[in-house]
Amino acid sequence: MRYAMAVDTKKCVGCSDCVVACQTENNVPNGYCRDWIVEVVAGSYPNVEIELRSERCNHCDNSPCVRCCPTGASHIVEGGVVLVTHNECIGCGACIQSCPYDARYSHPEGYVDKCTFCHHRLEKGQQPACVEVCPTNCLYFGDLDDPNSDVSKALRNRKWKVLAPEAGTKPQIYFLT
Amino acid sequence: MKSRRDFIKISAAGTGVAALGLTSLNWKGATTLLGANENDPVSDEELKLYPTYCEVCFWKCAGWAYVDKNGSIRKVIGNKEDPHCNGRLCPRGTGGIGMYNDEDRLKTPLIRETVNGEEVFRKASWDEALDLIAEKMDKLRKEHGPECLALFSHGTGGAMMGHLVKAYGSPNITAPSFAQCRGPREVAFAATYGEEVMSPERTDIRDTRCLVLIGSHIGENMHNGQIQEMSDAIDQGATIITVDPRFSTAASHSKYWLPIKPATDIALLQAWMHVIINEELYDKAYVEKYAFGFDELKADVQNKTPEWAYGITTIEPEIIRKTAREMAAASPAVIVHPGRHVTWYGDDTQRSRAIAILNALLGSWGRRGGFYFPDKVHLPKYPSPPYPKPKRSWRDAYPEGKYKLVSEVLSTGICDATIPNPNLSCHLRGWIVYGTNLMAALPDQEKTLEAIRNLDFLVVVDTMPMDITGYADVVLPECTYLERYDILRTSPHREPYLALRMPAAPPKYDSKPNWWIAKQLGERLGLGDYFKWDTIEDMLDWQLKQVDSSLEEMQKIGVKKYKREYEDLYLLENLIDYEFNTNTGKIELYSTELELEGFDPIPQYTQHPEPPSGYYRLNYGRAPMHTFSRTSNNPNLFDLMDENSVWVNPKVAALWELKKDEYVWLKNQDGVVTDFPIKVRVTERIRWDSVYMVHGFGHNNKKLTRAYGRGASDSKLITKVMEDPIMGGTGMRGNFVTFLKEDPNREEIES
Amino acid sequence: MKEELFVSGRDIPFIDPYLNIWHWQIPLYLFLGGLAAGIMFFAGLFLIMGKEKEMETTVKWATFLVPVALVLGLFALFLDLKHQLYFWRLYTTVRLESPMSWGAWTLMFITPLSFVWVATYMKEAIPGWHWRFSILEKAEALAIKYRKVMAWLMMMLAIVLGVYTGILLSAFNARPLWNTSILGPLFLVSGLSTGLAAIMWMSKSHYERKVLSKIDIILIGVELFLIVHLFMGFLAATEVQIEAAQLFLGGQFTTTFWVFVVILGLIFPALLEILELVGYKIPIWIPALMILFGGLVFRFVMVEAGQITRFLY
Ligand SMILES: Nc1nc2c(c(=O)[nH]1)N[C@H]1C(S)=C(S)[C@@H](COP(=O)(O)OP(=O)(O)OC[C@H]3O[C@@H](n4cnc5c(=O)[nH]c(N)nc54)[C@H](O)[C@@H]3O)O[C@H]1N2
Ligand SMILES: Nc1nc2c(c(=O)[nH]1)N[C@H]1C(S)=C(S)[C@@H](COP(=O)(O)OP(=O)(O)OC[C@H]3O[C@@H](n4cnc5c(=O)[nH]c(N)nc54)[C@H](O)[C@@H]3O)O[C@H]1N2
Ligand code: SF4
Ligand code: SF4
Ligand code: SF4
Ligand code: SF4
Ligand code: SF4
Ligand SMILES: [Mo]
Repeated sequence: MRYAMAVDTKKCVGCSDCVVACQTENNVPNGYCRDWIVEVVAGSYPNVEIELRSERCNHCDNSPCVRCCPTGASHIVEGGVVLVTHNECIGCGACIQSCPYDARYSHPEGYVDKCTFCHHRLEKGQQPACVEVCPTNCLYFGDLDDPNSDVSKALRNRKWKVLAPEAGTKPQIYFLT
Repeated sequence: MKSRRDFIKISAAGTGVAALGLTSLNWKGATTLLGANENDPVSDEELKLYPTYCEVCFWKCAGWAYVDKNGSIRKVIGNKEDPHCNGRLCPRGTGGIGMYNDEDRLKTPLIRETVNGEEVFRKASWDEALDLIAEKMDKLRKEHGPECLALFSHGTGGAMMGHLVKAYGSPNITAPSFAQCRGPREVAFAATYGEEVMSPERTDIRDTRCLVLIGSHIGENMHNGQIQEMSDAIDQGATIITVDPRFSTAASHSKYWLPIKPATDIALLQAWMHVIINEELYDKAYVEKYAFGFDELKADVQNKTPEWAYGITTIEPEIIRKTAREMAAASPAVIVHPGRHVTWYGDDTQRSRAIAILNALLGSWGRRGGFYFPDKVHLPKYPSPPYPKPKRSWRDAYPEGKYKLVSEVLSTGICDATIPNPNLSCHLRGWIVYGTNLMAALPDQEKTLEAIRNLDFLVVVDTMPMDITGYADVVLPECTYLERYDILRTSPHREPYLALRMPAAPPKYDSKPNWWIAKQLGERLGLGDYFKWDTIEDMLDWQLKQVDSSLEEMQKIGVKKYKREYEDLYLLENLIDYEFNTNTGKIELYSTELELEGFDPIPQYTQHPEPPSGYYRLNYGRAPMHTFSRTSNNPNLFDLMDENSVWVNPKVAALWELKKDEYVWLKNQDGVVTDFPIKVRVTERIRWDSVYMVHGFGHNNKKLTRAYGRGASDSKLITKVMEDPIMGGTGMRGNFVTFLKEDPNREEIES
Repeated sequence: MKEELFVSGRDIPFIDPYLNIWHWQIPLYLFLGGLAAGIMFFAGLFLIMGKEKEMETTVKWATFLVPVALVLGLFALFLDLKHQLYFWRLYTTVRLESPMSWGAWTLMFITPLSFVWVATYMKEAIPGWHWRFSILEKAEALAIKYRKVMAWLMMMLAIVLGVYTGILLSAFNARPLWNTSILGPLFLVSGLSTGLAAIMWMSKSHYERKVLSKIDIILIGVELFLIVHLFMGFLAATEVQIEAAQLFLGGQFTTTFWVFVVILGLIFPALLEILELVGYKIPIWIPALMILFGGLVFRFVMVEAGQITRFLY
């Protein structure tokens, strides 16, 4: 099993609902976020283009954050989900330094936190909170090993890219272009 | 001399000493060491669900409030059965929980008082505040008549307050959603089809093959059902054509973006009609069967060629032709969207008429993929005596005959009727303002303030210490939508639906729901017969029992779907015989009604003033994560966007040497300057002749600890109002601004 | 024009607008670790070479600094942890892929070793010193017997520690400035050089200072060579690394780095040492202090600048 997410940059409107939904679902403190929206504007008026990307931890296949963690608090569970066990984390910040996507942050309680792919929901057969809320339905989530999953279908039918592939982390958030 | 009813900025007199927060010196992380972390997410099974419908905007999506064992509301999630949201709230609805959690909320009733020559608010008990209001209302009724009271209301709770005011005997009930919002399009569509567009809009975006957005910035305008259906339409391969001088998010997702010169849309619409008529692309059978005045229209648009429109709109003739053909190819599954906030340039009813006519030519009204015929649940009213007949109204402030086509009360009309004027035997003397922040919602703040200065009393019912509360004599704190029952939602849709809102938690602080406030005031005013139920639960249960449901059932399901009375969703699909509710019984391409009142029966382009040199047209709109001025202090949404910025084209930025993220003040053509500086966003998304900002920022009330002083208010800069002569709408996009790099307010302090 | 922005208003403490999760504690820790490694390495080296007498300060007296430096360094590291109550978690697992982990374990061994080393010279340092418990006396005797073994161990661990201080950073590919294998040797050499500087400052023997000075000049030469290579490597690499190098080639760290680290921290002291060797009278504390200060600034600059460099946005 290999969980992944595809983000349709042609449908996303940058509303940031996925960000608020994550905050309320996962009790992310105000001022922090596990996902965020990037808008890239290119061209010059009136020949302009926008790319809107809802970003979060890439649950990298080759995850430096897990490798550099001195305590094993950062670890990988079934489906390739990268998690942090709060009471094993010493807050050394090594994993934060190691993430090319700046996807992690130091929770005010001291431990390091980030997107969990809503693991507590996956366990119950539910979709991640951000995926469930997106009003434009532009987030596709599922198992890459299952050809019928939403994410597999999306990647099959569309062109896509990943962020900073040169960092070599094999990210698992795909952006449909 | 100090004028009375100064804006009260300082904190309430006699506020107790803030409780000392004895934060223990716990070592960080101690909570986790002791076992389960209370920050950890809670699985849905451990939460209890309460039905609600969202009040962060007027789309009113139904949802569930999830409450944990400690009684705190953890999240609000859409109700899957509800067609307004299909289980997905928009960011504001998801962040609606911040309205409940906001520590800046109004906490107790407040009464204005003068202490040592300074006006302050004093905390009061509900009894004291309600007695005072009842006493003032009673005096007003006796001395000047109940018609001297006006109610401004916006939002669900306005219905209860409206019931009270009608029972009291006043017809002056208004909302900024008419003259500052949908008014022109409703009047225009009524004039054309004999029916309004209504809310939610009856646009069948889900099944459309071509969606034309004129200004309407869906995606930033986050009205949920529309954005969801537009996204579905994109998936289905529908063509989207966006006409907007700014590169809106919708424009970025469109096949065609027509970067029109501001204020010239009517010319484009006329050229489109020209192409569609002259190339015989219109729906002939439909037009023949239903339309009135086709020949007049055809004759009228003969010289409105794309080349003519090019000179006005700057849109290439070829693009005008191409897009017209795209629309025709999709007909009748095409929607030329009527927009919603359409009070732009004062000729808005005519522009909306042009949109209505274009839709008629394309045969989209009453057809799949065009405009459907909505239906709603008709709930019987809880029995109460008939309302007394008012003898006067706000219209008396105007000469006979003016605003005959106005179908709702004008908010600005209420202001005019409050300022003494020779036409008036008696001006309005008391206002109740429920759920609308007039300082942000109405243009021409000076006029609003002048009206306020002429009042005997001003009562504000709000949840937050918004700008308008600073002018009140009595402030009543309402609890938020998550803490109260409200009337049932019966909005029209493809099928009739009911939605219930019930409290998910008891009201925080000393706040109360609107129905309780209305009933309390009613009883004090001797209008108890109008409020014969004990609590709103009795009233709701009675109503629900009339439609085969009950409060108990609705508490479990939240949303209930009913059968349509007739199978007429796409009534005109097969060109059945049908009589429209217009003078001619037809779709009036040529409006007999407008003609009768002396207005152009066929819409005409008129030229509008252009910005003088050094000035830029002030364009404004929505950010998807905020609703007007009401959410800027919401802790969740503030996190996403904590201030607005002024969008400036790089060419303009270079000219003024403006740098990204630099703060400037804006000054308009009348010399009015923003209270606070605003951040510059240098972006290619805006033209060089205009600047853009998101409405709703620049709050002046210090009690909004987050939002105070953040960003600038577009409302303050809208001093010039381009009034729509047909329906009294307040066109707000005819204002021009320039940049000030130095703090203009500093001099004042020094001098 | 290209514009890139966070529309969701991302502004996370210590992460945005650029990473700032490590503050003064980490560079100080790296500096003290390097310093300790330097002293220990040379103490071990000269002991093994049988130069205990000639190089008395190196082998004996300077090593008294080591436990202090290590404990202070560890304390700095501890201060930087954000979840301190869980500090012990470091020692519940060995994670070879994590430099932070093997650094922690290295310290776990090297710190007690440094205490023992110092203990064996207590009696020489403080005449009349005696251990309270006889068991300690016995232990001391044992340690003195195996001093050579300890020296070997210490040299090896010192190299590990010295390299570790550099690898801790270079393990983070995500920070383009640190993403180079040169940092390991560079930090090792710099650590050795600061160690030498400390010993020289303490040493009263002209001979000893001369020996150390010669080694130091070579080390500084190596360091300068590595620095040149570092930048040549960056400029030949990816866009993000070129951007990273720009921070030092005209960017905000240019003066700090070239003036305080390279000129005042390496070239000047090397010149002074050469002058001293050819016979000029130079108070030794001047080049020593410059090297120590340069080494400290170097670590601050590398940690600070590295956090600013990023792949995205
Ligand atoms: N997130 C969010 N969503 C909302 C609301 C909210 O507060 N927040 N409010 C809701 C309400 S009540 C309303 S009424 C709607 C309003 O939303 P809309 O009906 O979409 O409002 P408009 O004013 O039509 O749209 C603003 C757009 O018009 C463009 N525009 C400006 N001048 C011109 C012009 O001359 N010609 C053309 N063609 N375009 C022009 C602007 O560039 C901008 O993109 O939004 C609703 N949705
Ligand atoms: N300059 C400018 N003016 C505009 C617009 C614009 O784009 N620019 N848009 C226009 C449009 S389209 C519209 S529809 C209007 C909207 O105008 P309003 O609806 O007045 O908008 P808000 O500014 O959000 O003010 C809402 C007020 O209701 C309060 N409130 C929120 N929830 C509750 C509640 O549950 N109970 C009570 N009692 N109060 C509550 C809020 O605290 C706030 O004070 O504004 C119009 N005016
Ligand atoms: S909720 Fe969906 S549309 Fe909105 S920003 Fe997130 S991904 Fe984009
Ligand atoms: S995105 Fe960052 S935090 Fe997430 S797995 Fe990859 S490296 Fe680790
Ligand atoms: S901060 Fe926590 S999760 Fe990250 S590397 Fe250190 S111990 Fe591991
Ligand atoms: S998957 Fe869950 S944790 Fe990750 S961003 Fe989405 S909502 Fe947040
Ligand atoms: S559109 Fe958004 S804010 Fe409006 S009612 Fe629905 S969820 Fe609430
Ligand atoms: Mo509106």
